[in-house]
Amino acid sequence: MKKDQQKGRTLLQSDGSLSILSSLICILAGLLVGLIVLFIINPEHALADGFFRVIKGGFNDYPYGVGKVLANTAPLIMTGLSVAFAFKTGLFNIGVAGQYTVGAFGALFFAIVLKMPWYICLLGATLFGAIWGAVPGLFKAYLNVNEVITAIMFNWIGLYAVNEIMYGGGEGIMYDSKTTKTYSLRLNFEDAVIPDFGLADLFQLKSVTIAIFLAVLMAILIYILLNKTTFGYELKACGHNREAARYAGINAKRNIVLSMVISGALSGFGAGLFYLSGVAEWMPQNSTALPAMGWNGIPAALLAASNPIGAIFSALFISHITIGGTTLPTKYFTKEIADVITSITIYLCAFSLLFKQSLRRWMTKRKKGGESTVTKEKKEVEN
Amino acid sequence: MLLLKYTLIYAVVFMLVALGGMFSERSGIINIALEGIMIIGALGGVIALGLMPAGTAPAVLVLVSILISALAGMIYSLLLAFASIHLKADQTIGGTALNMLAMALGIVIARGYNGSTLAKIEYNNKPFLFEVGGLTINVFLILGIALLLISFVTLYRTKFGLRLMACGEHPQAADSVGINVYKMRYAGVMISGVLGGIGGLAYVIPSVSSWNFEVGVTGAGFLSLAVMIFGQWKPLRIAFAAIFFAIFKALANIADSIDLLAALGWSRDIYNMMPFIASMIVLAFTSKKSRAPKAEGIPYDKGQR
Amino acid sequence: MDDYVIEMLNITKEFPGIRANDNVTLQLRRGEVHALLGENGAGKSTLMSVLFGLYQPELGTIKKNGQVVEIKNPNDANALNIGMVHQHFKLVEIFSVLDNIILGVEPNQAGFLQKKEAREKVLRLSEQYGLKVDPDAKIEEISVGMQQRTEILKMLYRDNEILIFDEPTAVLTPQEIDELIQIMKELRAEGKSILFITHKLNEIMAVADRCTVLRKGKCIGTVDIADTTKEELSRMMVGRDVSFEVEKAPIHLGDVVLEVRNVTVPSPRHKNNSVKDVSFDVRRGEIVCLAGIEGNGQTEFVYSLTGLTKQSSGTFRLCGKDISHATVRQRSKDGMSHIPEDRHKHGLVLDYTLEQNLVLQRYWQPQFQHGGFINFGAVRTYAAGLIEQYDIRSGQGPTTISRSMSGGNQQKAIIAREIDKEPELLVAVQPTRGLDVGAIEYIHKQLVAQRDAGKAVLLVSLELDEVMNVSDRILVMYEGEIVGEFDPKQTSVQELGLYMAGAKRMEGGK
Repeated sequence: MKKDQQKGRTLLQSDGSLSILSSLICILAGLLVGLIVLFIINPEHALADGFFRVIKGGFNDYPYGVGKVLANTAPLIMTGLSVAFAFKTGLFNIGVAGQYTVGAFGALFFAIVLKMPWYICLLGATLFGAIWGAVPGLFKAYLNVNEVITAIMFNWIGLYAVNEIMYGGGEGIMYDSKTTKTYSLRLNFEDAVIPDFGLADLFQLKSVTIAIFLAVLMAILIYILLNKTTFGYELKACGHNREAARYAGINAKRNIVLSMVISGALSGFGAGLFYLSGVAEWMPQNSTALPAMGWNGIPAALLAASNPIGAIFSALFISHITIGGTTLPTKYFTKEIADVITSITIYLCAFSLLFKQSLRRWMTKRKKGGESTVTKEKKEVEN
Repeated sequence: MLLLKYTLIYAVVFMLVALGGMFSERSGIINIALEGIMIIGALGGVIALGLMPAGTAPAVLVLVSILISALAGMIYSLLLAFASIHLKADQTIGGTALNMLAMALGIVIARGYNGSTLAKIEYNNKPFLFEVGGLTINVFLILGIALLLISFVTLYRTKFGLRLMACGEHPQAADSVGINVYKMRYAGVMISGVLGGIGGLAYVIPSVSSWNFEVGVTGAGFLSLAVMIFGQWKPLRIAFAAIFFAIFKALANIADSIDLLAALGWSRDIYNMMPFIASMIVLAFTSKKSRAPKAEGIPYDKGQR
Repeated sequence: MDDYVIEMLNITKEFPGIRANDNVTLQLRRGEVHALLGENGAGKSTLMSVLFGLYQPELGTIKKNGQVVEIKNPNDANALNIGMVHQHFKLVEIFSVLDNIILGVEPNQAGFLQKKEAREKVLRLSEQYGLKVDPDAKIEEISVGMQQRTEILKMLYRDNEILIFDEPTAVLTPQEIDELIQIMKELRAEGKSILFITHKLNEIMAVADRCTVLRKGKCIGTVDIADTTKEELSRMMVGRDVSFEVEKAPIHLGDVVLEVRNVTVPSPRHKNNSVKDVSFDVRRGEIVCLAGIEGNGQTEFVYSLTGLTKQSSGTFRLCGKDISHATVRQRSKDGMSHIPEDRHKHGLVLDYTLEQNLVLQRYWQPQFQHGGFINFGAVRTYAAGLIEQYDIRSGQGPTTISRSMSGGNQQKAIIAREIDKEPELLVAVQPTRGLDVGAIEYIHKQLVAQRDAGKAVLLVSLELDEVMNVSDRILVMYEGEIVGEFDPKQTSVQELGLYMAGAKRMEGGK
């Protein structure tokens, strides 16, 4: 018995390390492609003024560069968590961008219209995100419409709806026609800004608040929820095998909706962290594309292999090189190089599972075949 | 008249791209990367247009830029094909990644092309347009109708179409009668790249003479995805669905400039929303008898037959 | 000198860790029906996949008409006039019969389909062999038997000479089986050579000329059917004398546990009802078997009994309590256990570990959780106990991912979980499907032990041997109705078959 347990543990460990390894391979390959792009654009400056700046990320402009990374990481952890949580429960939440948008509306509505303190605003953002997340869940559970399609449609519906309400033909209650943005929270609604407890001074950057700690806390909570509770057990069972969950007396429909509600709530919370930092406003006239923060949740989750704790680190990495990208001298390069690197990385992450499988196969081959592979093949023979 | 003009422009775009999506999905590959393919196609075509010398004959300008957009779309779609067919990656995730990559690449390349921080590319769209009885028609309309007919015939009347559909429905069956599923799926995705690329060019060229690639193609690819589902993966239905969606999109464009519509007090955003809402309503009612290709989204593994 | 059309000589095919075919030789004479017999996992399908070009053998040669040939893919097999009817039909459901037949060998001009000639050829062939099919019907609209004929026409259209039938009777009604046997005889008369994969002895005796037996990947021998008996064949297949008899203590009937009254269940697919006005009781200490051919409403009945779908009318009572509208969880709490028909679809979360699956029905009990947090220690201890008690074998004990376990051990895990719940009623649906004889015997013993312990057992089975040997009472279901009730000691397989096929029904049967 004891021997069995030990064997199990080493397998689990190696499974985790394989995930990390394959993510690192994705990152390296992404960076390599980025380097090539830099060389194509401007070979002379590709290294010192290009690649190394991207790698150095926030440390190019210490301390406020690091501050920027942290400020950026907080909402990214949340959108990454949102995608990762949905993944773990068998759903692909491509609607994070929409839930983030609606969450931003919630945050600003509670702040500007209802004049609430920051923590209530944060709850408001969470609530609005949850509602927008519930929609694809309901469509999937009760009408059997694929959540990816619904989420894509509701991304755009959300974006246009938010723009419409905020702008209101130029007379929206939250719209400041002088700046063509929503009213600045820092100037008008100081209470709604998330406190910084001196962090802003430390990093010489106003947008650094305790948001990063809140995000890390949420990641830990989600980890516990998924791995330690019966609710998490049920959610994952639904994700892996909806029919078997039903067979076991689990209300699969309810769980699908709940998964999406929680996933949407996490996105909304992330939007709250960003828009309640005091330096971000919504531009209803200019926002014809969905916020990038929402989309970037997908690579953050994929890089983390959908592990909530891993999402903290992948979000940090993506923010790091994104901020690094913004420090590129514009006369040689554009900051979107960082986007190229991240999207190449997720393109590779899309088949990180495959990396993992072949890594594992390669390792077991070297160890001369574990029993599990034998039985798996045997199954194939049987049919 | 303005409404008709824009409706035609958008209908052709949605139809082309949705037909592309249809070929891909009929072969068994979910193509969520249509948006990205459109961006790359549009970028390729616009740059080709700009690079040709000033004296080039209009017909050559039109032809070459369309060919380049098709080629660019096709090459880009190969990334999806490779990931989902050979590497058996999750098609939705792969497609999403390609959308994001296209967005970033679009900006990087547009700026590189301009040699400045502007991602807005200017071009001459006159060669693409001509007037018929007071209505401005663009070449894409004619091309689109031709491609619709070709798509219909290809899918239903040829050996290729029969085999393609078999791969999307039951790849094991196709394989057992000696059809190379991988090859057919590559073909399906590449056709979607061609049509998507042309669709991208058709989206940016006719209505304006400059395009800012910071906005990508503003969700037109996703709308086309909805058109394809609305059209139930069938060419003629897709054509009708495209017209239906195009009317709303056109209304959104001209909402501010036409008095009658402005008097209604509906803003651009509301019209923009409508096709998405319409497709959700339709999906809600038709999902139970939806005829999506059965094997779509499932990587085909030769070992497991 | 024998006239062999196909010879597979000394074929060895290995998969990592297992030798699926070990030095197997099979020689097919021209114009014979040659049966290939073996248990699940004996290597029959692997051998045929080698012949059809789906797998490449490590060792051995294949000869056609005495010439060594290489078959690298189904195209090569086709070129050698080898065709195959797969166990799971390879038909595109939205296509017509004709389109399915021509797929892959489409008559065309410059790529455009020319169906006229093809249609004529198909009509001619179906006339010639008595294969009635409408070439323009869509596959999704025709019966399973018709689909199988389409598959046969597919081979004939390609002028195949060697026809492989992979377990063709599993999905057919007895009449359809008779018709198929007739068709096979006609094909033989026309000079076709047939390889017939099966594990059903009666069919071999009815149609085959010779039979090759495989056991655990090895070739046991080839016999002439005229010189052998069913008993000998079964001994060759299993490797020992098999008593299909199950030892049972005399019956001690107790109270009624399950009371089914007038249950009707609508069909998920068509307008008719799948289950029509079904009523019966199951009492303590008996095994009641619901017998019938696949697709006659058994699945739908079990779904509604266990709460997975809703019946449109009728009631279920469990130990006197009305559970007609209770949730799945409530029924489970009230004492119902369910060994599901499809262990991969319902029985297990394959990506969960063995221990997680073992608590699938009771993770919510106070023993395993506290305030919503799972007590992992208790789960581990409990799982380890079950694994030992039921001899569930796996690579890493409780932490084995269930997907990596063998089918027999997966089924053992489900049975352990369901029996350990100490149910009042055990519903077991095809509990032995796809398992080898050892595992089947084990499972039968467990069912009988439950009966002897005074539980009520409802067994749903398609295998007539199982029906006859395990049950105390047999209910035959045909087209959603119970058409007969029998005592296994006073009936025969032949009689049951007539009822299962709908040829007979009891007067005023319940």
